[in-house]
Amino acid sequence: MFLAITGTLAAIGAGIAVVGAGVGIGMIGGRAMDAIARQPEASGDIRSAMILMAAFVEGAALIAILLSIFIAG
Amino acid sequence: MQMVQAQQSNTQDLKSATQHQLNHDHSGHDHSGHDHSGHDHSGHDHSGHDHGGHDHSGHDHSGHDHGSHAGHGHDSHSSGPCGHHDGPYDPTGTAIHHISDGNVYSILDAIRIPLPTFLYAPDKGWDFFMSSKFHIGHHEDGHMSYNGYVMHHGSAYRVVDAGFPMEGSVAHDCFTKKTVKDAKGKDKDINYVMYNGKEYKLDARSTFDAGLLGGGITSFYDYSISKNVLSMILVALLLFFLFRKAAKAYTRNPNSAPSGLQNVLETVFMFIRDEVAIPFIGEKKYMKFLPFLMSIFFFILGLNLWGQVPFLGSTNVTGNLTFTMVLAIIVFIVVNINGNKDYWKHIFWMPGVPVFVKPVLAAVEGLGLFIKPLTLMLRLAGNISAGHIAILSFIGLIFIFGDIFGGIGGNVAGTFMSIPLTMFMMALEIIVAFVQAFVFTILTASYIGAATEEHEHH
Repeated sequence: MFLAITGTLAAIGAGIAVVGAGVGIGMIGGRAMDAIARQPEASGDIRSAMILMAAFVEGAALIAILLSIFIAG
Repeated sequence: MQMVQAQQSNTQDLKSATQHQLNHDHSGHDHSGHDHSGHDHSGHDHSGHDHGGHDHSGHDHSGHDHGSHAGHGHDSHSSGPCGHHDGPYDPTGTAIHHISDGNVYSILDAIRIPLPTFLYAPDKGWDFFMSSKFHIGHHEDGHMSYNGYVMHHGSAYRVVDAGFPMEGSVAHDCFTKKTVKDAKGKDKDINYVMYNGKEYKLDARSTFDAGLLGGGITSFYDYSISKNVLSMILVALLLFFLFRKAAKAYTRNPNSAPSGLQNVLETVFMFIRDEVAIPFIGEKKYMKFLPFLMSIFFFILGLNLWGQVPFLGSTNVTGNLTFTMVLAIIVFIVVNINGNKDYWKHIFWMPGVPVFVKPVLAAVEGLGLFIKPLTLMLRLAGNISAGHIAILSFIGLIFIFGDIFGGIGGNVAGTFMSIPLTMFMMALEIIVAFVQAFVFTILTASYIGAATEEHEHH
């Protein structure tokens, strides 16, 4: 019973982590679009920076998901 | 009663030893064309079987020994341990099986390329053989044991029961699975192999592949040229020949415009050089790291795309945590042996901040040293595995609908749902293949850039 709850909580935690990463990556992407629209000539630099930042945000979410897997498994 | 019948069928099988047992199907998975309700099970005519090919789906099943099936339909859950069907389609098990590594390279579950298998058990020593010794049949289950090893779902397992013949080959029956509670009260699956009507316990799979996902420690190690290793070798050779061809074209016609293959490779190559290597590492030092970045990028990209080719094994190399861990360790080593004095100073004694903050920052940065390769490893494996699982789930809709609505009608409805979703997902996965290779490379470049950057002294 208790273990079942732990697994569910871990799943909820992973879900919250994904929501956070989704919001973060969405904001990065949205702002990058704004920036490219404003300065199309800088689109290359902006794109690289965008992907890099998205990767960092995703990294935080991945750590949360990994912890969830360890707690559930 | 059915157990008795199953026993009888086993006894009958023993009379003609291996051949009948080759025809046994296996519990727990059944997808293609195994609708037995329409078959004639009564005639035990054993002629006309292709014992070598093991292609069950295309066969007339009338010749099979279906003693245990005589009295019930294929949706019954109460068949003997070696019944053809024991329950509905299992999406999770299928997905896990298809993203796992294996000791056989299957194309469409019809062509099975045996692979060299190198197994080591500390109490027994080495075993070198080809996995064809297992007589692999439907759904990558073996029909023969070899020196105490059997093949189940494409992977070598070791029998840990002294009653089982540990030397040479014997024919065995199907595999069964039991769920038990372990010491911590968690559910754990234990596999058994049926032999002479008795169940023999199998050890867990060797954990070089799936230990993180709950495999546990086993009594043997699998150092085989597995499906993933073969894919790696093939992709490496493919890349070698492609780039050699392009390089030759440059030396032969240095003044003409690139064409064909050269064009494709040059575009990607220039993109990585101009968008990744030069901005992140700098004009002065990028040439030293360019070969490393290019190798990483094209190897990951090649393996990502190789895994996306339908029906061609669908190997999941870049979605394998072990593989990405090795890549991440290589990156970790390259970054840190090239780290200059400033890099280490910024980690352990950050300049320009108050003294009491320095130890805190050192702890954070020291942790970051290891979190960087860890996230590299998880990001690539997670993204690629997730894509494979999504595609497999959408394909699984066919069988899930078939189970819900029964028979062919449900399968057809599921197929119409499944095809557009699968095509969409595969298109998305091709983008993901490029993006993830790019992200791995750009992060590697940024870590190298941070490690080799020369700061102006404040």
